[in-house]
Amino acid sequence: MKNLLILGAGTSGTMMANHLRPKLYSNEWNITIVDQYKTHYYQPGFLFLPFDTYTENQVKKVGKKFIPKFVNYIQKKIERIIPEENKVVLEDETLNYDVLIIATGSKIAPEETEGLIGPLWKKDIFDFYTFEGSLALRNKLRNWEGGKLVVHITEMPIKCPVAPLEFAFLADSYFHKKGMRDKVEITYVTPLSGAFTKPTCTTALNYLLKDKDIKIETDFAIEHVDNETKEIVDYEDKRIPFDLLVTIPTNMGDEVIEKSGLGDDLNFIPTDPNTLQSKAHENIFVIGDATNVPASKAGSVAHFEAETLTDNILLYIDGYPLKKEFDGHANCFIETGNNKALLIDFNYVTEPVHGKFPFAKIGPLKLLKESVLNHWGKLAFRWIYWNMLLKGIAIPFVSRNMSFKGKVFDIKTK
Amino acid sequence: MSVKTIAGLELNVSDEGYLEDMTQWNEEIANEIANEIGIELTPKHFEVLNFLRKKTEAKEPLTIRGVGKSGIVNIKELYALFPKGPLKFSSKIAGIPKPTSCI
Repeated sequence: MKNLLILGAGTSGTMMANHLRPKLYSNEWNITIVDQYKTHYYQPGFLFLPFDTYTENQVKKVGKKFIPKFVNYIQKKIERIIPEENKVVLEDETLNYDVLIIATGSKIAPEETEGLIGPLWKKDIFDFYTFEGSLALRNKLRNWEGGKLVVHITEMPIKCPVAPLEFAFLADSYFHKKGMRDKVEITYVTPLSGAFTKPTCTTALNYLLKDKDIKIETDFAIEHVDNETKEIVDYEDKRIPFDLLVTIPTNMGDEVIEKSGLGDDLNFIPTDPNTLQSKAHENIFVIGDATNVPASKAGSVAHFEAETLTDNILLYIDGYPLKKEFDGHANCFIETGNNKALLIDFNYVTEPVHGKFPFAKIGPLKLLKESVLNHWGKLAFRWIYWNMLLKGIAIPFVSRNMSFKGKVFDIKTK
Repeated sequence: MSVKTIAGLELNVSDEGYLEDMTQWNEEIANEIANEIGIELTPKHFEVLNFLRKKTEAKEPLTIRGVGKSGIVNIKELYALFPKGPLKFSSKIAGIPKPTSCI
């Protein structure tokens, strides 16, 4: 028997187990998946939890429920990967593998910024990229009386790069509904050159910030948090005051990647952007947030990656060359508040475009334009996630590579 | 996309003046773009520029932190070399695409 080992039972790992089990003969291949945590979170829900749109129970389920039969599920901590020996050391046993899939994801590393985990952490400074952080923020917002709300990105890359902006939009709606928008000043702080960094999006979407009266601070790379004056401070000593700081800390790959010497300076694994094979070891494949590929770190991307990676693992096992297929395709709903959302479709090289989706000319969803239907799409996606996506069931009419049918390249940036 | 004459060469650049083809880059081009921004390039600048170009060629994402860990400069020094937007300006001078998010 040969062993295929999957590290991480999050979105990517779970999808891979579901894709591969029916395709690998049970009398030839064992499939094992390892994750130290019992709970599987619907991470896109962390955006809605602070605003009381979702409840705790809508964003978490027992992970094992989504692992297919005849896949060995081990709930233990991963200590180290030893690629030279094709071994993975767990807390109290060692597993051998013939093929390894690393899907250990990324997580926030607030300790990387001086002063972030200080006296104000979880009092006036919150993250919403963890279940605990998102929940604590919800409790804070329920009683908050207003002031300076600063939504802040430490540095790229981050999981779901657009979530902080969605948070700012949803905060605007939330405070309007509570009748206290006039008591809240919202500032969006980014290390990049704008809230929208792609020329097509800047042109099509810049009105959103103005309409919602969201102030923007660009090119701000945080150096530390001043807990006494309640300010974030950058490397040029620019200071931005806050009453409530919602920050996206540095995102990093899992520490097991660092311990195993497999990652870059953020513990992301150098990975071929088109085949998803690790650059250092031919029998190690990497998917989702754990890779260093220049695509968005998002479940949508992982979903498209999983389809290519499934084919490539089968090709690899049979000794064929891998498909250089994955194009960085992402397809995401973006909440803009007031029960509206945008839909964007893009890849490594093509900027988000106008048009209809998934059917050319028909839609019904509109790309890069606000609509109520897109918002329903985003809410419906939670059902799709739990019932189709994790189980490896293809979403009808949505292809792994970006399609150019029905896309309109009409946005002039000047 | 538009065409701009930089250091005597006609080059395709983005609407914000970033080179479309990083292989057309040379040190003279770097100097001229830097002048426009108001930066005078030193050998230290070029060490950073070459590091960024190498990362981009390898299709690795650029981060301020990555530059800080490169052994060439720390982040404070990077800011001193390229004030008011280190990655934005250094990538423009290095002839590589502007760092972007997904929208």
